[in-house]
Amino acid sequence: MDFQILFEQLINGITQGSVYALLALGFTMIFGTLRMVTFAHGEVYMIGAYVGFEVIRLLHPSFFLALAVAMAATALLGIIIEILAFHFLRDAPHATSLLVTIGISILLVNLAQLIWGPETKAVSYSLLDKMDYGEIEIGGIYISYLQMAVLGVTVLLMALLYILINKTKLGMVIRATAQDYEAAYAMGVGVNGIFMIAFAIGSMLGGVAGVLIGVYYNLFYPTMGGLYGLKAFSASVVGGLTSLPGAVVAGLIIGIVETFSVEFGASNFRHLFSFLFMILILLFRPGGLFGSRELIQARGD
Amino acid sequence: MSNALRQTLANLPYLAIIAIMALLPLVISNQYYIQVLIFIGIYIILTLSLNLLNGYVGLLSIGHAAFYGIGAYASAKLAMETGLPFPLAMLGAGAVAGVFGYLIAKPTLRLSGIYMTLATLGFNMIFFLVLQNWMSFTNGPLGIMDIPAPNIFGYAIESRIQYYYLIFFLVLLTIVSMHRLMTCRFGRALVSIRENELAAEAMGVHTTKYKIQAFVLAAFYAGIAGSYYAHFVKFVSPDSFYIYESFILLAMLAFGGQGNLIGPVVGAAVLIVIPEVFRFMQEYRMLVYGGILVIMMLVRRQGVLGGKNYSLRLPWFDQTDEAVFTRGDKFLPEEEVD
Repeated sequence: MDFQILFEQLINGITQGSVYALLALGFTMIFGTLRMVTFAHGEVYMIGAYVGFEVIRLLHPSFFLALAVAMAATALLGIIIEILAFHFLRDAPHATSLLVTIGISILLVNLAQLIWGPETKAVSYSLLDKMDYGEIEIGGIYISYLQMAVLGVTVLLMALLYILINKTKLGMVIRATAQDYEAAYAMGVGVNGIFMIAFAIGSMLGGVAGVLIGVYYNLFYPTMGGLYGLKAFSASVVGGLTSLPGAVVAGLIIGIVETFSVEFGASNFRHLFSFLFMILILLFRPGGLFGSRELIQARGD
Repeated sequence: MSNALRQTLANLPYLAIIAIMALLPLVISNQYYIQVLIFIGIYIILTLSLNLLNGYVGLLSIGHAAFYGIGAYASAKLAMETGLPFPLAMLGAGAVAGVFGYLIAKPTLRLSGIYMTLATLGFNMIFFLVLQNWMSFTNGPLGIMDIPAPNIFGYAIESRIQYYYLIFFLVLLTIVSMHRLMTCRFGRALVSIRENELAAEAMGVHTTKYKIQAFVLAAFYAGIAGSYYAHFVKFVSPDSFYIYESFILLAMLAFGGQGNLIGPVVGAAVLIVIPEVFRFMQEYRMLVYGGILVIMMLVRRQGVLGGKNYSLRLPWFDQTDEAVFTRGDKFLPEEEVD
């Protein structure tokens, strides 16, 4: 295979993988602080994509405006989910919250079907043209502006998240809550508010991923979150469920492997990889790729 | 003597239900109603098998449709390619599902519960994707057609009513066998694991071993239901075994109540009937399931019939005179049963 194609595929894989990484980061934020798994994350991603779609269609064909509105909308949605599935069920068994998030995910998919219809929607080309679509060439390798925007936004968000978690007071409080929320509560942390903030941040990352992928492929459909959510979820498991760098690395690996499996003619089985990877990690390294000594430390349980 | 009489009286409601269900097809002439009843039967077996894990052992399996699908495909393949008679194909389908259950349970149950939950989800997705893409074996999204009708040692099952009696028999067999399992040492061990795993271990219950056994059993029952489904619908395709199917089972369990044998039966029956009644919103039947999951978990976590002891007693099987608390509640009854 020719080097240029290989390199272009690598760029495609990284683009795809960075979106998985964003989604997985959202999962990890949520699991890291609440110690609870949410299954509605893929649907938050889908709602984010649709919000972005509507903004581009109705308001103004701007990528960044769509991102901003989608972030706000999914943060709000995240808070609603947190209240429904976790806030009211703080002392209930883990399974209860999990079932509520499954229920919410089913509801969101069907609501999207009611609102936007079950068919696939796309932004019209006349609007897309206004959002300068172009590509640059570096030594025979073509990278589209859109890809650069996707990569740029993900890298920026990851950097912001890193700073937020490690350098700010809010980040310290989130880390304290993640380590031991009862101790944090005893120290005067408003744990409920922190849970909501963590959930909002996680959902926001999901919503951003939705807009990025929606615009990148220009496809919007109600079930778009299902497979993406589950893949990002396996990326999060592979990364160790509580480790933010782990989620990023796992997301990138999954994206790159998927892209190359298409290139090497195994496209039918490309979706399998992430789940097989997850099961293998669960079997042999349940602590995740890097164990669990990372940004958000696992409680010793 | 009076004992036997009392037992019979205690079981009167159950016997009456069984009698009504047995006579129902003689009264109903509408084939469509019978088909709905047959589906209720399939889902009763599935929900009961899921209940074994989620209700009794306190594990959370969210990929149960995979075992249902394995049963359906295994049975179709066994019956069509090796020409096995239906009863053997059905047992074989259960066994294949059980083997897969073992392969999933053995490595993951050493870990804490959430990892097993994740593994079941991953397994369901892998199963679905393999079904869709392994064209040479599963025929991909087109599915397998023309699965032969059941033939039980020369007695061909063709009409809806015959199918109804077959599933009726299977449901009874499931309930009785599960009741027996849950009242012997095995079942008590499972409940003890749910209530307090550490204490169960301290009392000499090999928790991992019992969990694996429960998982294999649950997969086996689901495989049997899958086999029946394949031979009833005569067509299997991957879409019937997507994770949404698992979620429907979870909704049924959440609605009816888990940890006893009555709740799942009621949950399956009600949640099959509701979308049939509201046929005009058939497209959005998932909305009903999703809504029920959320509302039940928020309002009545234990399900409509959960959180109660149903002293289902089967005089022909239960030798002991003690009340059998199928829910295995933490709080033992205070008054002595004379």
